[in-house]
Amino acid sequence: MNGGHDLGGVDGLGPINPEPEAVESVFHHEWEKRAFALTLACGFLGQWNLDESRHARERQHPADYLKNTYYENWLQGLETLLAEKRLLEDENIQKLSSKCISADSVDDILSRGGPVNMPTDTTPAFHPGDDVKVMNNHITGHTRVPRYCAGRIGVIEAVQGFHVFPDANALGQRTGQYLYSVRISAQELWGRDSHSVYVDLWQPHLTSVRKS
Amino acid sequence: MSDQHDHTTPPSDAELRTKALETLLIEKGLVNSQALNALIDTYENKVGPRNGAMVVAKAWCDSNYLDWLRSDATGAIGSLGFTGRQGEHMKIVENTDSIHNLVVCTLCSCYPWTVLGLPPVWYKSAPYRARAVSDPRGVLAEFGTIVAEKTNIRVWDSTAEMRYLVIPQRPVGTENFGQTELAHLVTRNSMIGVERDLQVTGDKT
Repeated sequence: MNGGHDLGGVDGLGPINPEPEAVESVFHHEWEKRAFALTLACGFLGQWNLDESRHARERQHPADYLKNTYYENWLQGLETLLAEKRLLEDENIQKLSSKCISADSVDDILSRGGPVNMPTDTTPAFHPGDDVKVMNNHITGHTRVPRYCAGRIGVIEAVQGFHVFPDANALGQRTGQYLYSVRISAQELWGRDSHSVYVDLWQPHLTSVRKS
Repeated sequence: MSDQHDHTTPPSDAELRTKALETLLIEKGLVNSQALNALIDTYENKVGPRNGAMVVAKAWCDSNYLDWLRSDATGAIGSLGFTGRQGEHMKIVENTDSIHNLVVCTLCSCYPWTVLGLPPVWYKSAPYRARAVSDPRGVLAEFGTIVAEKTNIRVWDSTAEMRYLVIPQRPVGTENFGQTELAHLVTRNSMIGVERDLQVTGDKT
């Protein structure tokens, strides 16, 4: 879905005003720390995946998404997931309390992370140097295809592996697809400038372009 | 900025909602207060851009390590003890005289936590996410970074679980520096790509 989160190429959002690196703190309010940690700790209960978590934030009204601060969007996403997954209902509380993480397990959980590469016996359809077109099907559910590259032509830069497919994962289906780094020129995207944009896209998002 | 408001200022809506949620989740036994503290402590005090600076400094000094980073960045970075969440699938992108790399996540805030910690506010901000892909030179200029017209700019939009670490160029005049000294020269912003030329300062502590 191309909601308020799908920001690549949007004009009129004003200056960036970065804080100088030397004086910037990791968190800016005490509650941000707690909202951050609550989101991670609830995620470790295993009732939703990363893509469901992203989708919960990006489903907000675009005006709210853009008006909120970053951790307000996290908080909103967490509230949505807790409600939709009914985590605070008695039967779920009983089931999940054994999964509550302890302070001792934090280092181990974080250092293991959550790799998304999957085994496959298939081979990739595209190879470095192939011309590809990003499909122009604006997906209304969760997707990681930014709207700015829909319908654009690029070149396969690299095959990144066989990774979990977010469009399906957000619906709770952990299936894999080949992931590619696709290079698209600024001319193709914006009709100006000389830089290149490298976007990571999955095989179902791409079609081959015959070289003329 | 601190949250220490005086007694006439009511707490913010977000502060109240967070507190309510935390109280409820702890009371129901779904989260543990000490675990929350440990999660915060990890990213406030333990995992941050010094990790990435060590990777960069080692890459400058050790060509075998650089080759390893090029072929398997996740493994090479993991060998220094930097593994896990939001660094499961790492890739390095190298600046050269003719190439400058810039990393963004236009859709949210994807960022290589294992080597840089949590992203700065500006990285997560709407204007950065919007313009890094459409006007990278304009964005760089806002950070005081001017990239020559003949230098090719490559913008990496972190749309998948690949996480990108920019390897800035080693500053001239550092031939006799050791890895620790070199690591001190590497800024977080240079590893995201909003800075290009690292400064050799007199202070090498």
